[in-house]
Amino acid sequence: MFDINASVMQVLLAFLVVAPLLGAVAALLPAPPGLKGRNPDQAVLRHGVTVTGAVLLAALVLAAGFDHDHPSTMQATTDISWIPALDVRIHLGTDGISLPLLVLTALLTFLCALHSYFKPPAGPSPKALVALVLVLESGTLATFAVLDLLLFFLAFEMVLIPMYFLIARWGGDRKQPAAWKFILYTLLGSVIMLLGLLLIGLKSGTFDMVALATDNGRGLTTSVQVIAVLAVGIGLAVKTPMWPLHSWLPDAHTAAPTVGSVLLAGVLLKMGTYGFVRILLPSTPDGMQTFAPYLAAFAVVGIIYGSLACLALARPGAKGDLKRLIAYSSVGHMGFVLLGIATMTPTGVNGALFANIAHGLITGLLFFLVGAVKDRYGTADLDTLAGATGAALYGRAPRLGGLLAFAAVASLGLPGLAGFWGEMLTLFGAFDPAEGLSRPAFLTFMSIGALGTLLTAAYMLIVVRRVCMGEHREQPQPVADIQRHEFAAWTPLAALTVLAGLWPAVLLGLTDPAVQKLLAGGKS
Amino acid sequence: MTVAADSATGAASLVQSVDWLAIAPPVIAAAVALLVLVADLFVEERRKPLLGYGAVAGLVAALAMLVPLRAGDRSTFCLTGTAQACSYTADHFALVIQALVLGGALLTALLSIGDTRKLPAGEFWFLLLSSAAGAALLPAARDLATLVVALEVASLPAFALVGIKRGDRRSSEAALKFFLSSVVATAVMLLGVSFVYAATGTMHLTEIAARLDDVPGQLSTLAEAGVVLTLVGFAFKTAAAPFHFWVPDTYVGAPLPIAAYLSVVGKAVGFSGIILVTVIAFPSYADVWGPALAVLAALTMTVGNLAALRQSATRARSAVRLLAWSSVGQAGYLLVPIAAAAYSSDAQIGSTVAYALMYAVVNLGAFAVAALVARTHPGNRLGDYRGLYATRPLAALAMGFFLLCLAGLPPGIIGLFAKVTVFSSAVDAGLGWLAVVMAVNVVIALYYYLQWTAALFRTPEPSPASDEAPAAPVHRVPAPVTLAIALTAVAGITLSGAPQLILRFAAVSLF
Repeated sequence: MFDINASVMQVLLAFLVVAPLLGAVAALLPAPPGLKGRNPDQAVLRHGVTVTGAVLLAALVLAAGFDHDHPSTMQATTDISWIPALDVRIHLGTDGISLPLLVLTALLTFLCALHSYFKPPAGPSPKALVALVLVLESGTLATFAVLDLLLFFLAFEMVLIPMYFLIARWGGDRKQPAAWKFILYTLLGSVIMLLGLLLIGLKSGTFDMVALATDNGRGLTTSVQVIAVLAVGIGLAVKTPMWPLHSWLPDAHTAAPTVGSVLLAGVLLKMGTYGFVRILLPSTPDGMQTFAPYLAAFAVVGIIYGSLACLALARPGAKGDLKRLIAYSSVGHMGFVLLGIATMTPTGVNGALFANIAHGLITGLLFFLVGAVKDRYGTADLDTLAGATGAALYGRAPRLGGLLAFAAVASLGLPGLAGFWGEMLTLFGAFDPAEGLSRPAFLTFMSIGALGTLLTAAYMLIVVRRVCMGEHREQPQPVADIQRHEFAAWTPLAALTVLAGLWPAVLLGLTDPAVQKLLAGGKS
Repeated sequence: MTVAADSATGAASLVQSVDWLAIAPPVIAAAVALLVLVADLFVEERRKPLLGYGAVAGLVAALAMLVPLRAGDRSTFCLTGTAQACSYTADHFALVIQALVLGGALLTALLSIGDTRKLPAGEFWFLLLSSAAGAALLPAARDLATLVVALEVASLPAFALVGIKRGDRRSSEAALKFFLSSVVATAVMLLGVSFVYAATGTMHLTEIAARLDDVPGQLSTLAEAGVVLTLVGFAFKTAAAPFHFWVPDTYVGAPLPIAAYLSVVGKAVGFSGIILVTVIAFPSYADVWGPALAVLAALTMTVGNLAALRQSATRARSAVRLLAWSSVGQAGYLLVPIAAAAYSSDAQIGSTVAYALMYAVVNLGAFAVAALVARTHPGNRLGDYRGLYATRPLAALAMGFFLLCLAGLPPGIIGLFAKVTVFSSAVDAGLGWLAVVMAVNVVIALYYYLQWTAALFRTPEPSPASDEAPAAPVHRVPAPVTLAIALTAVAGITLSGAPQLILRFAAVSLF
């Protein structure tokens, strides 16, 4: 859109990765005079808002300066040698695939910082909270910005410790076991992933993702590719999470504070699917071809499993926790993303990337809303909330209820909202999978996936029915409607959901050329 | 240091030229050891701390002597005959390990300066320096006799150091356990060495490598037995499973700095010994020791990590016990690249060297913080670390960093990349199963390292004995301990920013 100097772009991308880290260190130091604020807690929370705001601004400028006519070429690239012994290079760059994810990450982190500024989560000093969120942001942005396999691994690992502490320190019930489950599962996955990455790197002689994408697996024998895809895929599938490796997710989401849930669902899960698209699809196409039907099968099982779990939780008397329900719905939504990737077609992969972003926006919003409900009622337990007839949010807090209903229908994939395009495109992709993949199998997967959308609609509507509707009785204490700061934090997400739903070309125009290039083996 | 001469086989001229500069690092350490021992007789009681500073100065001087040798092309005590074989070689491998052991001894000395008041100062410093001299001689030794002598020079003073707390029953018991297991190891190793000598007729490692290829048929069994027994001896020294039983009790019974010394310098000695005999002397038997070491590595890391996992937070000295078991686990990772060297090339052992350097820095750092905490909590339980951040924020941050380095997770970037080099050596050599075992072990190890790290930042327990609490803030930390923590922390952080500083050893052949 704007013509920005190449070296400025380069600095902007590096700033995205480095600024949160510096901000995290600064958050631990005492505030300088003049920035002390009302009290130390307020000062450090404001510091968090400032830093994430600056990062968001940089991400927006980066997006504006991005050459939208050539989204398939790597832009804002930096390439410096860091550890020659391991052939690790600080290679940064962004294209149409990673740019939306960078902006989404910066946006969600900023909104989280804003949310905690007005409503600090209950727990120890917010100083550590701000520092951890900033490290988390740096790690996620780095995952999407780096183009070196070992740096990708480093960035992938960087989010573990902050997320562990976020859950273990500021979480709710049963936070310790949930935090342990999260970190041990993901670490085991990512160490296995490291073995696969090393195999790819050592056998093909380079750790550079761009070079690997250009090679398109020509330097690797099929057996190496199969082993590498298995190892890397397990690591990414744990993170995504793919059924049956998902069992850490519901616990982590239920225990995590609102900020943690939003970042976990909105951003961290995307690291897994991004890895599939960025590393496995272009570098090891033969291995992917071997595993694609299995991946698709697991993906549709995940779709059905997630929906059924949600239906079970939404049932009256099931004592279903709303956060746990949304976590299971994430398993289903990520199933669509994986199905899209497994088709190995431009349509499917574009759909997967679209569904990725849509899920980040919508689920982020849902977790914010459920967090707000939990703050107001003191519980997210559906039965306690709904009582005999329903929680009647429409009557008691009309704006909150309306927004919740909006997010729920967006999540079930109503046409015109962001959730629709991703799921439709992935199913389209499954209708006509890439050459060499069994069409009947994928047609079956497609129909099962389509059934999943119905189930999703069913449980989402039940949730709306039980939370938003119901008999409106006068309660002893009234429920506060949306506050101004909540409005500020949620509007961008709702607006972007509508925008992406009505004008999908904004995103698809960015991702499509890049996906075409990746699948064609680096040639555009 | 003249022991090497006895191995000279050439009768033509027994006079070998001595390159004094090349042998300076171990010689300086040994000379200062004697100096301190003699000085102890003439220094009055209140000036005894000076001996400690003398020892530190000696170690710094020995480290400084490595600088002029950095080209790595010197060797001495060479055979005067036709064969090109030297008993002492200051190549890059020797220099890096010498830097590691002398640096480790230096940090041990810093940690000990405040503690020697209760110990016999002169003897303590003498023993520490002589052990360091032996440890510095070992990586440069290139014949079996020098190797064994160096190993014993490094080990014998260590027994006495472990048992130096006079009147402490646990300390004597630890020393006895350490002594007995170590003596058995030496006996087994000597038997192996004599078999190898019988089969090949030479002591020099390079000569052995050449002659093992064409051992006469009737002696080949003898040669094989010799190789295996020699390796078993070294496996004892490195505390590789199943020869690890002495480790936890010995570490717990020894004075804390000595436990740190054993965990770093003691290990380095064992590993350089294994590397020298396997890679230089027995390359033709790679198909024997390769799989054996791979199995040993898998076993060692699993046993160490599982045992570390089971340490309870309330047991006395559980912190040191955990560090002891974790050091067994880390020894398993160190063995991986050596096993990989059997399957691919000698360059793999660079990964062991790089990993050992990382491990030395962060493990000594962790022990330094443990020494600091032990001053206020003599029980040294894991539970004592709870809420350390509230009382000593910098020490807690440093400890968290060291533990995460050992676990290999960011922000401990150097720990992560050191693990990556080890993994990559295993993958490169096609040892996929070993890499997977190691991956599982990394996850197990994370559990206890992270549990400890998390405890540092928790809110402190309300102290039941209220008279203990106010004593803590006024307790002054001795400057040398602070210096040791600062040195290791700065080294660890620098390495995290520039891992190439030690990882470059992983990419080149060091011999």
